[in-house]
Amino acid sequence: MAKTHYKLIILGAGPAGLTAGLYAARAKMDHLLIEKGAEGGQILLTDWIDNYPGFPDGISGFDLAEKMLAQANRFELNSLFGNVVSMDLTEPVKRLELEDSDPLTCNTLIICSGAHPRPLGIPGEKELAGKGVSYCATCDAPFYRNMHVAVVGGGNTAVQEAIHLTKFADKVTLIHRRDELRATKILQEKAFANPNIDFIWNSNATKIQGTEGVEELHLKNNDGKESVLKIDGVFVLIGVLPNNEMLPLDILKADAGGFIPTDLETRTVVPGVLAAGDIRSKEVRQVINAAGEGATAVLAAETYLTNLS
Amino acid sequence: MASDKVKDVSDADFASVTGSDTPCLVDFWAPWCGPCKAIGPVVEALADEYDGKVTIVKMNVDDNPATPGKFGIRAIPTLILFKSGEKVDQVTGAVGKAQLVELIKKAL
Repeated sequence: MAKTHYKLIILGAGPAGLTAGLYAARAKMDHLLIEKGAEGGQILLTDWIDNYPGFPDGISGFDLAEKMLAQANRFELNSLFGNVVSMDLTEPVKRLELEDSDPLTCNTLIICSGAHPRPLGIPGEKELAGKGVSYCATCDAPFYRNMHVAVVGGGNTAVQEAIHLTKFADKVTLIHRRDELRATKILQEKAFANPNIDFIWNSNATKIQGTEGVEELHLKNNDGKESVLKIDGVFVLIGVLPNNEMLPLDILKADAGGFIPTDLETRTVVPGVLAAGDIRSKEVRQVINAAGEGATAVLAAETYLTNLS
Repeated sequence: MASDKVKDVSDADFASVTGSDTPCLVDFWAPWCGPCKAIGPVVEALADEYDGKVTIVKMNVDDNPATPGKFGIRAIPTLILFKSGEKVDQVTGAVGKAQLVELIKKAL
């Protein structure tokens, strides 16, 4: 019979989960890493990462994910392709229900389920998803050669991907609801210096229209004035929502946004349950702190297991 | 890791592969697309499960520009379900297995 109990289960294989996997495997803990898609998580959506130390020339999200996985595999990471749909965290032995296989149990659980791009929630967005509405510039930029696209957002992701889009699109219009960008200074300077990026400030997207594909983006500025932008594509890069559909949010005392609060050692309110990476309730969501939290979580899990026995 | 059940199709043999009475699911992908990589294992698992009932193939949109253009594909991964050469329905993005099963069932 296949093994169904582990001392430690890590849920999700983004930077937090892969780092947790590296630490657990290297410490020869009885562990399992569960991932439902590809190892890497959201860094697979990023074309270039310039702020992860150790790569002086920067590295693509794709390559960084592969390197993190290879490093964990060097220490015999034990991983499983599977989709956790729900869990019971009310007993000391935690139980995970999977979509296609038997339930698994563990003494400690590190939740690294991450986050996904937040949609605008405006008319036309759902209908035109994949037909001009996109949440991944790295994936879809090459479809917009010589076209005019809009980016909605003003944070690091929006500005970084607007710059990336100019490699393909003729013109990129960045639409932001405030009068200044939230993105880090170096990205702002790059964007302002790029002749193919223009800016519409103090405006919100209200509707996306088109028949076969995106044709128009409707805007409303903060004074209530409406306008229509003729456009071939809309990239929505306005932050993230938690991947929490498999989590008991009440038991984990999730915050108003659905993220999981922890202490500095990544411990949630449930003994033996840790949370690391973008699913954690926090201000800063970067690859580097996700990785750091993954390491912290394994050390916290080890302490918990030691105190158990 | 790539399953031999998910064969590559090209612009050249697309019509003959999707024209069959057996439903055919085409995964449009590219090597530079992270979410395409993410959905890969799910598509491979489905190819095993529906072996003989549904033909599951993949098309590299970098190497084959004509077919994605014809179907107005502007995002990947996009998975389109065909039956007898006609498009039945499609999904875009790295969706879960349940959503792909729901799609496949529309042609069974």
